[in-house]
Amino acid sequence: MNWLLDLTPDEWNAVRLSIKVAIVAMLASLPPGILIALLLARGRFWGKTLLNGLVHLPLILPPVVTGYLLLLTFGKRGPAGAFLAEHFGIVFSFRWTGAALACGVMGFPLMVRAIRLSIEAVDRRMEAAAGTLGANPLWVFATITLPLILPGLIAGAILSFAKAMGEFGATITFVSNIPNETQTLPSAIYTFTQVPGGDEGALRLTLISIVISMAALVASEVLARRVGRRMDIE
Amino acid sequence: MTVTVDIRHELGDFALDANFESAGRLTALFGPSGSGKSTLISLIAGLLRPGKGRIAIDGRVLVDIAAGTFVPMHKRRIGMVFQDARLFPHLSVAGNLRYGRWFTPPAERYANIDAVVELLGIGHLLHRRPAKLSGGEKQRVAIGRALLASPKLLLMDEPLASLDEARKAEILPYIERLRDETKIPIVYVSHSVAEVARLASDVVVLAQGKVVAAGPTNAIMQRLDLLPAEERGEGGAVLDTRVLRHDEAFGMSVLGSAVGEIRVPRLARPAGASVRLRIRARDVMIATEQPAGLSALNILPGTVVAISPGEGPSVEVGIDCNGVTVLARITEQSRQALKLQLGSKVFAVVKTVSFDSANSGAGLPAEADG
Repeated sequence: MNWLLDLTPDEWNAVRLSIKVAIVAMLASLPPGILIALLLARGRFWGKTLLNGLVHLPLILPPVVTGYLLLLTFGKRGPAGAFLAEHFGIVFSFRWTGAALACGVMGFPLMVRAIRLSIEAVDRRMEAAAGTLGANPLWVFATITLPLILPGLIAGAILSFAKAMGEFGATITFVSNIPNETQTLPSAIYTFTQVPGGDEGALRLTLISIVISMAALVASEVLARRVGRRMDIE
Repeated sequence: MTVTVDIRHELGDFALDANFESAGRLTALFGPSGSGKSTLISLIAGLLRPGKGRIAIDGRVLVDIAAGTFVPMHKRRIGMVFQDARLFPHLSVAGNLRYGRWFTPPAERYANIDAVVELLGIGHLLHRRPAKLSGGEKQRVAIGRALLASPKLLLMDEPLASLDEARKAEILPYIERLRDETKIPIVYVSHSVAEVARLASDVVVLAQGKVVAAGPTNAIMQRLDLLPAEERGEGGAVLDTRVLRHDEAFGMSVLGSAVGEIRVPRLARPAGASVRLRIRARDVMIATEQPAGLSALNILPGTVVAISPGEGPSVEVGIDCNGVTVLARITEQSRQALKLQLGSKVFAVVKTVSFDSANSGAGLPAEADG
């Protein structure tokens, strides 16, 4: 066990950074994820198929392609990157924020799918009942729809988190592999495998990676079950 | 309180074309399934937008398509009780009850939670989850939830249709209390003669998307032609009576009404309680002279005021008994044998045992009284 926890400072940094990146990616994806899922589940508009396709793009493109597109768009010279840096001081390129963006984008389709399914399962007659009780559409969403899709939100968030923990291709393409800044667990493992004698470090990080992912999965199961029991849906 | 509806609404092949006005305490929208009554109530609630027309309550215009007015449902302050209760599964019973109150401006909150809980007998359920309630309990909570939003009008869409007879009998008395003890006007959708006769002050009859008749309950319930074929036997006079006394020796109750005393099987209600009584036309016999040597206990003197052909060999005879019309369904052969015609002096005869819980308001169960 000591052998497992006896990490070098760089390895610790990779673990901490990975968790930070994954949590930020997950939290930042939630609001747009809910919005897009709502649009896809309920909206009737021109270009819905297109939007659906766009959302799913990161799932079917090679991650390197997604990473490169992010670099073109959000890099220092990219249109969005230059704009954000100039007006808001937000810089993505070669920063951990860029890693979070890449991970968020890669996990987005998984999150949207889970939330969309749960929105489609909501009994809209409940929402109508809330309307007759005086709740306007925003309140109906906040007090009825949101609580009813909570299990789906949890599932979507955990999927996004797990994807972020494992994301490699888009991250390394977009923000490279800089220790202490953009070197997440997968990048660190990759680095270990590229140097002689790195096997032990790679194995340690691999095991840690498994433990974190399993813990996230178990946590989501427990949460979902608790929510489910509380609602005891017929 | 007046509900004015004049709308045209099309849904696929079905066209609803309804025009009526009702100022009753409890107005029943009555008709077979597919007659458009649920659509009509959805239009009043604001769940649907009519193609054309106008809906107003006490002069407050909710919908006027020509003028471009459409008040969204959350601003209508109209309570709705659905057939399938629709309690929010993520909230406790108490949470469900308080939900609407939250959205009611404080100045307009008239409903008191303790009073409503007491009225509906749901105090012991407050901490439960909706999934743990029986069908009857769910429906009572749903009624309470709608009331606590302090609505100006309460709509009930077949609230008993998905319940078995025992659960219906459990809830009916609460709806009667609601009608008698609160000031909220109610519009009640039903296809059941028994429910309408027991609850309604006024009835609007719908068939195939059109209003075919509207009026006071007693008048409509005697128009057997308006009732669905399978329920025609249920039609008849509807009387508001009061329990005068109980005859414990024979297990009967004596009710006082405009037509005189009526004996029915013992009711679980105290003396003085009011009871809606329905005298089915098929249960009424006619005698031309005071009967003697007859087992039937209720003999009401009156005058024939209407004779109309019924289905098959039957005729329907309206008998004015002290200002209230009682309907009798007899054969044409009997009518001729008795030489009945308008103005004939007759006696309407009704057996005590023809009254049962379906046509004599059985009232609140004893345990709910205490």
